Amino acid sequence: MRNMYSKETLVNLHKSMVRIRFSEESLVEPILNEEFKCPVHLYTGQEAIAAGVGAALSDEDYIFGTHRSHGHYLAKGGGLKEMIAEIYGKDTGCSRGRGGSMHLYSPEKGFCGSAPIVAGTISLALGSALASSIRKDRRVTVSFFGDGAAGEGVLYESLNFAALKKLPIIFACENNLYSTHLPIRECRPNDNIYQIAEPFGIESHRIDGNDVLQVYEAAKNAVQQCRNNQGPVFLEFMTYRMRGHVGPNDKIQEKQTDIRPKAEIKKWEKKNPIEKFRRYLLENNILEEKDLNRIEREINEEIADAYLFAKESPHPLKNELIKYVFKN
Amino acid sequence: MSLKTKKLQYSLAINEALRQMMEHDDTVFLLGQGVKSPWYVGNTAQGLLDKFPERVIDTPVSENAITGAAVGAAIAGMRPVVVHPRMDFMLYAFDPIINQAANWHYMSGGNSTVPVVIWGIINRGGEQAAQHSQALHGLFSHIPGLKVVMPSTPYDAKGLMVAAIKDDNPVVFIDDRWLYDIKEEVPEELYSVPIGKGIIRKPGKDVTLVGISYMAHIALKSAIALEEDGIDVEVIDLRTIKPIDTELLFKSIKKTRRVVIADVGWKTCGVAAELSALINENFFNSLKSQVIRLTLPDAPAPASRNLEEAYYPKEENIILTVKKMLGN
Repeated sequence: MRNMYSKETLVNLHKSMVRIRFSEESLVEPILNEEFKCPVHLYTGQEAIAAGVGAALSDEDYIFGTHRSHGHYLAKGGGLKEMIAEIYGKDTGCSRGRGGSMHLYSPEKGFCGSAPIVAGTISLALGSALASSIRKDRRVTVSFFGDGAAGEGVLYESLNFAALKKLPIIFACENNLYSTHLPIRECRPNDNIYQIAEPFGIESHRIDGNDVLQVYEAAKNAVQQCRNNQGPVFLEFMTYRMRGHVGPNDKIQEKQTDIRPKAEIKKWEKKNPIEKFRRYLLENNILEEKDLNRIEREINEEIADAYLFAKESPHPLKNELIKYVFKN
Repeated sequence: MSLKTKKLQYSLAINEALRQMMEHDDTVFLLGQGVKSPWYVGNTAQGLLDKFPERVIDTPVSENAITGAAVGAAIAGMRPVVVHPRMDFMLYAFDPIINQAANWHYMSGGNSTVPVVIWGIINRGGEQAAQHSQALHGLFSHIPGLKVVMPSTPYDAKGLMVAAIKDDNPVVFIDDRWLYDIKEEVPEELYSVPIGKGIIRKPGKDVTLVGISYMAHIALKSAIALEEDGIDVEVIDLRTIKPIDTELLFKSIKKTRRVVIADVGWKTCGVAAELSALINENFFNSLKSQVIRLTLPDAPAPASRNLEEAYYPKEENIILTVKKMLGN
């Protein structure tokens, strides 16, 4: 795969992942210090998926996200400053402090919105794909959802309708093996989520979601198929979240609720998508250690600026409480 | 208005609104079960498929996904109308309507809009029993971010459908098959009836009688009958039940200081209850009588014609109520 992609593409994939990882980890301390109470579902560990899929899309394409969508938002071009400000509940946030971490928006970049009702945005993504199909605008929609959403009926309704109308939509399931606290083996009789698309005649693949090049490759092919009116495509990305379901560690009232086996966590630590790709870049002489360090330094500076912006920004005014209930 | 008019039945007034709006704006499209066939939607969609083959989409029975698709298409810049030929089935679509569409503009801090029309048809009577007869407008009126219209005449059906499609917010448009055969002169050109405005169907000074949807007709008939007894009833057709036209309502009550409300829904927590509360908040010391609600009893719709006869309020119930209120 080494010669397939330009240096720029490879470096951008790396930057995108590091930017997401560092942003997510930057939130740990403020969460523990209770600088805000807004529930935050960290994306740490799953960065290769957002980065790989995001890189395969253009600004005109659409993404709908979930409760755990910081990565999707950033990879689609959403502003980091506006995201941090949103988590701090500031008026300068990407949803003007009305949405918080679980409701991120960047419509001008094609990030249509994220929402935490499990599977709730799948049908919305179906709709933006339907809009593209009516307008023949060649845009592609990606619907991100987790393994837990495979338990919701609307996914199957949406698969059926998307296949029926050959809509340009990629169903992107991020299987991190846990639906909140419940392991997948307690949710489903088997773990082959990608196979649920097959009876609808939808091409589906299971991808190593911790290998950014495999993600990018699969996403690029899926996007191309959708653009050629050969959608939909279903992609199941196998991955693992390295933090709690919500917050850094799932401690509830001082009690540790994360029941995931230590050995399992250790195994996935070794599959860190960023370290893996870092090694790849070095081994293939695409970047040197000093380049990687510079990238990290620049991202850290951007994050520091974002916090400065967020903290200095005002909260929304109380007399604007009901502003935005309706568009006037 | 000196417009060219023609006699149109209610259902064909909706048809004309849809056709003219689809001619006027190519982002408008119609989606839902049975739009190809009179089996579900009567003649409301007749001729549309031939004229707009790509914008009239008959769908499988998947209310959740299809309503979500309409919401998503609206987010992506279209102006969809999604029809539920029996609004009982709309309950499957509560998530896209309430969690998503109603909250979306607010959650995005005004960055994203949802110009969707969700059209539900009430099917009162016909011995159809509890799951084919429900009037669920009260549920939707409870939700911030939704507008709810219930036209009772062909003129308003056309004008409010046009207004609903043009509105940048999600609008729940609720009609009733019992209204479909009503005919009146309707302007041929495209026009809107403003959302949030009621209308006085008959001026009067003794009692304000508020009618909603089909009950506006029964209210008017009752008022005409009461004239013979020398009782001068002012009939208000609310037309929009959210937001309520308090200006028109309060002006009438200042004059009559007596109110009877005739709704097509249930009593508890219904629209009549809301009106009663509004009146209490504003006229506590100046009413000549307590507010009376004429609604369905708090019971599911029955099948047997004998029970059905007792279930739906009629002219005689209104006449008796008004007379009793006036001490006759």
